[in-house]
Amino acid sequence: MPDLHLTEDRASVAESAAIDQTLADLGVTPAIVVETERVVRGGVHRKNERRHALLPCLHALQTESGWISRGGTNYIAEKLNIPPAEIYGVASFYEMFRVDEAPGHDDDVVHVCVDSPCLQYAEAKIAELTAAGKHVHRSPCLGQCDRATADHGPALFIQGRGAENSVPSDDATGLWDLPQKHEFGITLLKNVGRIDPTSLDAYVGAGGYKALAKAFGMGADQVIEEVTTAGLMGRGGAAFPTGIKWRGVAAESGTKHIVVNADESEPGTFKDRTIMENDPFALIEAMTIAGFATGAQKGWIYIRGEYPLATLRLQNAIDEARAAGFVGDGIARSSFNFDIEIRRGAGAYICGEETALFNSLEGFRGEPRQKPPFPTTNGLFDQPTAINNPETLLNVLPIVLDGGEAYKALGTEGSSGYKLFCLSGDVATPGTYEVTFGPTLREVLELAGGVQGTLRAVLLGGAAGSFVGPDALDMPLTMEATRAAGASLGSGVVMAFNDTTDFSAVCIRIAEFFRNESCGQCVPCRVGAVRQHEVLVRTAGAQLNGEVTLLNDIDQAMKDASICGLGHTASTAVLSAIELGLI
Amino acid sequence: MTATDPNLTETAVTISVNGNDVAVPAGSSILDACTAAGIDTPTICYAENLTPVNACRVCVVEVENSRTLVPSCSRTAEEGMVVQTDSDRVRHSRKMVLEFLGSGVDLSQADEIAPWMETYGADPTRFGDDVETMNESVRIEDDLYVRDYDKCVLCYKCVEACGDDAQHTFAISMSGRGFGARIATEFDVTLPESACVYCGNCVAVCPTNALQFKTEFDLRKADNWREEDQSVTQTVCSYCGVGCNLELHTQDERIVKVTSPNDHSVTSGHLCIKGRFGWQYVHAGADD
Ligand SMILES: Cc1cc2nc3c(=O)[nH]c(=O)nc-3n(C[C@H](O)[C@H](O)[C@H](O)COP(=O)(O)O)c2cc1C
Ligand code: SF4
Ligand code: SF4
Ligand code: SF4
Ligand code: FES
Repeated sequence: MPDLHLTEDRASVAESAAIDQTLADLGVTPAIVVETERVVRGGVHRKNERRHALLPCLHALQTESGWISRGGTNYIAEKLNIPPAEIYGVASFYEMFRVDEAPGHDDDVVHVCVDSPCLQYAEAKIAELTAAGKHVHRSPCLGQCDRATADHGPALFIQGRGAENSVPSDDATGLWDLPQKHEFGITLLKNVGRIDPTSLDAYVGAGGYKALAKAFGMGADQVIEEVTTAGLMGRGGAAFPTGIKWRGVAAESGTKHIVVNADESEPGTFKDRTIMENDPFALIEAMTIAGFATGAQKGWIYIRGEYPLATLRLQNAIDEARAAGFVGDGIARSSFNFDIEIRRGAGAYICGEETALFNSLEGFRGEPRQKPPFPTTNGLFDQPTAINNPETLLNVLPIVLDGGEAYKALGTEGSSGYKLFCLSGDVATPGTYEVTFGPTLREVLELAGGVQGTLRAVLLGGAAGSFVGPDALDMPLTMEATRAAGASLGSGVVMAFNDTTDFSAVCIRIAEFFRNESCGQCVPCRVGAVRQHEVLVRTAGAQLNGEVTLLNDIDQAMKDASICGLGHTASTAVLSAIELGLI
Repeated sequence: MTATDPNLTETAVTISVNGNDVAVPAGSSILDACTAAGIDTPTICYAENLTPVNACRVCVVEVENSRTLVPSCSRTAEEGMVVQTDSDRVRHSRKMVLEFLGSGVDLSQADEIAPWMETYGADPTRFGDDVETMNESVRIEDDLYVRDYDKCVLCYKCVEACGDDAQHTFAISMSGRGFGARIATEFDVTLPESACVYCGNCVAVCPTNALQFKTEFDLRKADNWREEDQSVTQTVCSYCGVGCNLELHTQDERIVKVTSPNDHSVTSGHLCIKGRFGWQYVHAGADD
C-alpha cells in the first residue's frame, strides 16, 4: 500500500467526530495491511483489517454532512488507509450517498417508492412533496408494498440529515396487527403481533431458545442432518437446498461466517421486514443455530439501509441476547462462541446478490463475483460462509424442534414446510401471509381477502419473476408447479393487478428498475438493460411488432452471458408480459 | 500464463474443445486451452499481464452442463470439460456484446475490436439512433496523456494497472453504477490533482484508445498518425538499474510513444514515468 495522496480538503470537526465515533463503536483498531489473494473480480486484493468499516463510516459522514464531503473522504482515507479514489468509487455506487457538491445537503431526503404497486400513487406524492419544498428522491421498492393503498399513498423513507433515518408509517410502539389470523395455525409468524419484539423475556416465555438448547443437545452434525432431511430450500430466491450449503461450510476449517441476507430489495418483497421488526430474537436464535451447525464463529446481518425499525429491533435483540449470554463467548454456558454484527446497506438492489453483498460488506463496490468459487469455500473475506435469507433461517427453528422428518411431511413432494408470501397490489388486505406449501394461487389470494376488481395478471417472484394470467389461478404455489409453468416463486412476491392496470407503465418501470440497479460490471447487463428499457419507452402503448425479436435477442445475451442473476432475470417479467398480451 | 508454460506444473488436464482433445498444464484457463488448440477467441477486458476481471463477456464459451455461458478468460480448465466455442449461443452472445458496446461507445480507434465485429456480423446500429451513449468529452489536463471516455468500454484494465496489478497508486477507480459507471479519480478531480504519478501504465493497457499519449492524440488531430509508417526500436531504459525493456515507436524519426513488451520478465509491460515519458531529451536540439 503506497502513501496516500490526498487533496487539500479537510474534514470538519463534526465530521471527524462522527467518523471517530463510528470506528470506536465498531471497535476497529489501527490498520494492519495484509496483501492476499483477491477473489473480487477474480484478482489479487488488499485485505485490509479496517476496510469493512468503510460503509459504516460513509453512513456516518452522510448523516452528519448530508453528503460524502471531500474533506470527510480524506479523513476516512487516512483512518482506514484506503485510497480516496476507491472511497469515491464505493460511495458513488449507492443510492443513499451523495457525492455531488450541489446545494441541498442541508435537508432530509424523502425517498418515494416508484415501483408497483406504489407506482400508481407516486407522481401525485412527489408533486405534493416538491411543492412543499422537500428534497425528493425517486426510490426503487422500499419494502412496504403492503402499505401501498389509495389512502396511504406510496411508501416513504426519510433519510435524516443530522438525524436518524425513519419511515413515517413505522410504529415503534405497541404490537403490530398481523393481517393473518393466528387461529389459522401459523408457525413462522407465531410470535408476530403477539409478543413484545423488544423483550427477550417475552421471547423466552413464548418458547424462545428451546431450539438452540435442543440443537446443542443433538450436536452440530445432527442439526445439519435434520435440515437436510427436512428438504429446506432457500427462501431468498434461488431455492438452493440449505442442508447442502451448511454441509459444505461445515466441511471447511478456519474462520467461518454466517451471513444473513436481509437486503430484501426485490420489488414486492417485505416478508423479511415483517420477521425482523416483529420477531427479531427468532432470527438471532436461528442464525446462532446455523453458526453452531456449521462451526462458524462470526455472524453478520446485512440489512438494507431503508429498514430503520428492523435495524433498531435487531440491534436491541442482539444487545439483550448478549447481556443474557445468548450472543458472544460461551453461549448459554456452552463452549460455543458466536458473535453477531449488523451492517447497513446503502441503497443498492444488487447487494442482495450474495457475492455482491460480501464485497459491499468488505468495503468494496457491490459488484458480484464470478462463481465458482462459491461462498461455502470463498465467501465473506474469502472465508467459508453460509449465507441465508431470514425466512430460510426461521424455518430452522421448527425443523430442530420437531425434527426433519416431521417437517418433510409438511407441504408437497417437491416443496416441504412453511412459506411466506408477500401479497400486494389489488387484493383486499395486503400483507405477509404464511402457508404450508400446497395452496393454489387462488387460495393464496383469498387469504388476503381476494382480488379487488377483475384480475388481469399476477406478478410472481418480483421484478425478477414473471407475470401469470388468470388461467394460472389453480396452480399450486409450490416450487415444482411454478417451475413447470415456466414461472418461479422467487422471494414469495404475489402482486395482483386488475384490469384497470396500465401494464405499459408497469413494464417500463420494471425495465427502468433493472437499468438503474445493474451494477454496470458486465456488458450484457449494463447495456442490455438500457436497450431493453429504450425499446419499451419507444413503443410505449403501441404495438411492439418487430421489436419483439430485438427484445428476445437482448434477453438471450443477458441470460447467457451476464455475470449474475440480475442480468439473467432482467427481461423475464417483460417477456412474460408480452406473452400474456399485457403489452 | 500460456498453455505451454513449463514452470506452472507438471500435471496436465485434458479438455475437449469443439470435439478435439486439448491437453494444457493444470491451472490453465479455458482461453489458454482454446489458444493451444489454435482457436482464436475475442477478448477485450483480458490481458496476459493483468488479473482477469471477466467483465466484457466477449470471450464466453459453452461448457457442457453449465446453465449459462462461461467466460473463457477466467475459468480454469477442468479435466473432462466439454467446450464449444462456435455454437449458435456463443456466436449470439459475442455478437450482442459487440453490438452493445458499439452502440454506446466510440470504437473508431479500437483496432483490436474491429475485426471481431466483422467476424460476428455485429450491427451496432440495430438499436436505433436514439440510444444512450457514453456521451463524454475529451479531457486534456496535461502534456502526457489524454482521456477520452467516449471511447471507454469500462474494461477495468486501467484500474487494475494503476492498482493491484502493477502500479499500486490507486489514482483511479470504477465509480457510479450501471450505465452511469465511469472511470474516475476521487470526485473526478483532474489527474494533476489526483494521486497519478504518470507512469502511463493505464494508457498502455487501454484496448480502445480511450487513454492515449498526447503525442498520438496531437498527431491524430493533425490527421498525421500513420501507424504503417512507424517503426519500433527495442532498447533498455537508461534511467536506473532495473533494466526495463523499452519499445520506442517512431514516426518521421521522432518518438511518438513508448511501450514495454508484456512478456518482458522485468516489466510485464509496465513502466514508470521516466521510461514512459522521459524521452524528450532524445530530440533535444533536433527541433531547432
Ligand atoms: C440481484 C439479486 C438480488 C438478490 N437479493 C436478495 C435479497 O434481497 N435477499 C435474499 O435473501 N436473497 C437475495 N438474492 C439471492 C441471494 O443471492 C442468495 O441466493 C440468497 O441470499 C441465499 O439464501 P437462501 O439460500 O437462504 O435463499 C438475490 C439475488 C440476486 C441475483
Ligand atoms: S449481470 Fe448486471 S448486476 Fe450482475 S454483475 Fe453483470 S452488470 Fe452487474
Ligand atoms: S498514469 Fe499511472 S498512476 Fe496515473 S492513472 Fe495511469 S496508471 Fe495510474
Ligand atoms: S479507459 Fe480504457 S482501459 Fe480504462 S476502462 Fe476504459 S477502455 Fe478500459
Ligand atoms: S475477455 Fe473474458 S470476459 Fe472480457
